[in-house]
Amino acid sequence: MTLPDPGSWGALLAIAAMAVATYLCRIAGVAAMSFVPLTPHVRRGLAALPGSIVVATVLPLIERLGLAAGLALLAAVAAMAVSRSELVALLTGMATISAARFLGF
Amino acid sequence: MLLGLRRVSVLMPGVVVFAVAFGAAASAKGMSLAETLLMSAFVYGGVSQLVAMELWRPEWSWGAIAGLAVVTATVNARMILQGASLQPWFARYPKAVNAFHLFFFTDANWLIGTRYRSEGGRDLGVLVGAGLALWAVWIVATAPGHMLGMLVSDPRRYGIDLVMPIFFAAMIVPLWRGRRGLVPWAVAGCVALLTAKLVDGYAFIIAGSLAGAVTGAFRDDPA
Repeated sequence: MTLPDPGSWGALLAIAAMAVATYLCRIAGVAAMSFVPLTPHVRRGLAALPGSIVVATVLPLIERLGLAAGLALLAAVAAMAVSRSELVALLTGMATISAARFLGF
Repeated sequence: MLLGLRRVSVLMPGVVVFAVAFGAAASAKGMSLAETLLMSAFVYGGVSQLVAMELWRPEWSWGAIAGLAVVTATVNARMILQGASLQPWFARYPKAVNAFHLFFFTDANWLIGTRYRSEGGRDLGVLVGAGLALWAVWIVATAPGHMLGMLVSDPRRYGIDLVMPIFFAAMIVPLWRGRRGLVPWAVAGCVALLTAKLVDGYAFIIAGSLAGAVTGAFRDDPA
């Protein structure tokens, strides 16, 4: 038996496939961890996880997006440290990247 | 829930800009407004939606649909780890509640939840409130982007591609726990950079994060 061609339903099926894949990612980590006992090692690992996710996400992106992006992110972190406000950090970072790209970095 | 709304409100301008950029990219790829809104509502993952626009096509085969699902899963695989990092918090709530609120779980949500919890907060309503508000704004803001279409044909010029990286980088500040916490982060960064060099796509997030967590797990300082 062969499946009928997706035809005009293709776009909707593609969206549905993306939605299912994304929802599975959302619940998989929580579901898996409910089978893992919270030993001190696991607790320390989970404590180190948020910062590790942040660093592992941002550093390679700087490498891919270039020097201007790195400058903008540094400016944003500095603004965050001073103001403790995500909005100030975002505005500082966006202003820096716009200026740097305008100047041709 | 109100605290969640307040926490998420500072992220809103960035999310709106991101949603407008996605709407514009979708209209450029020939998606109808209804399809674009459906994707924002049900997928609700900004980066994966933008990546999907790179792969979007007018005609679909089953293979192309499966390929798109796999790419989506790899882009969003960071949510697996983000969910795992908050699981001790969720564990006290019924499975059905978690299955519901996790549908609205995103990067912004995770950032808010992680920060709130590191300050000693325990109220799941903060996460739910932030998630629902963000979801509504994300869908609504997709529409003008789709209509404006070509006006923001070059989102790079306005730094829109940096919105999420900026929020992520800024999170380092509230997550800072002194220099001892730096070792797992450094390991995470090195492994991520190396993986990014060797493997295409977004596998570097998973490899780096796991390396950082494992390093943290086997260091003998108090958690």
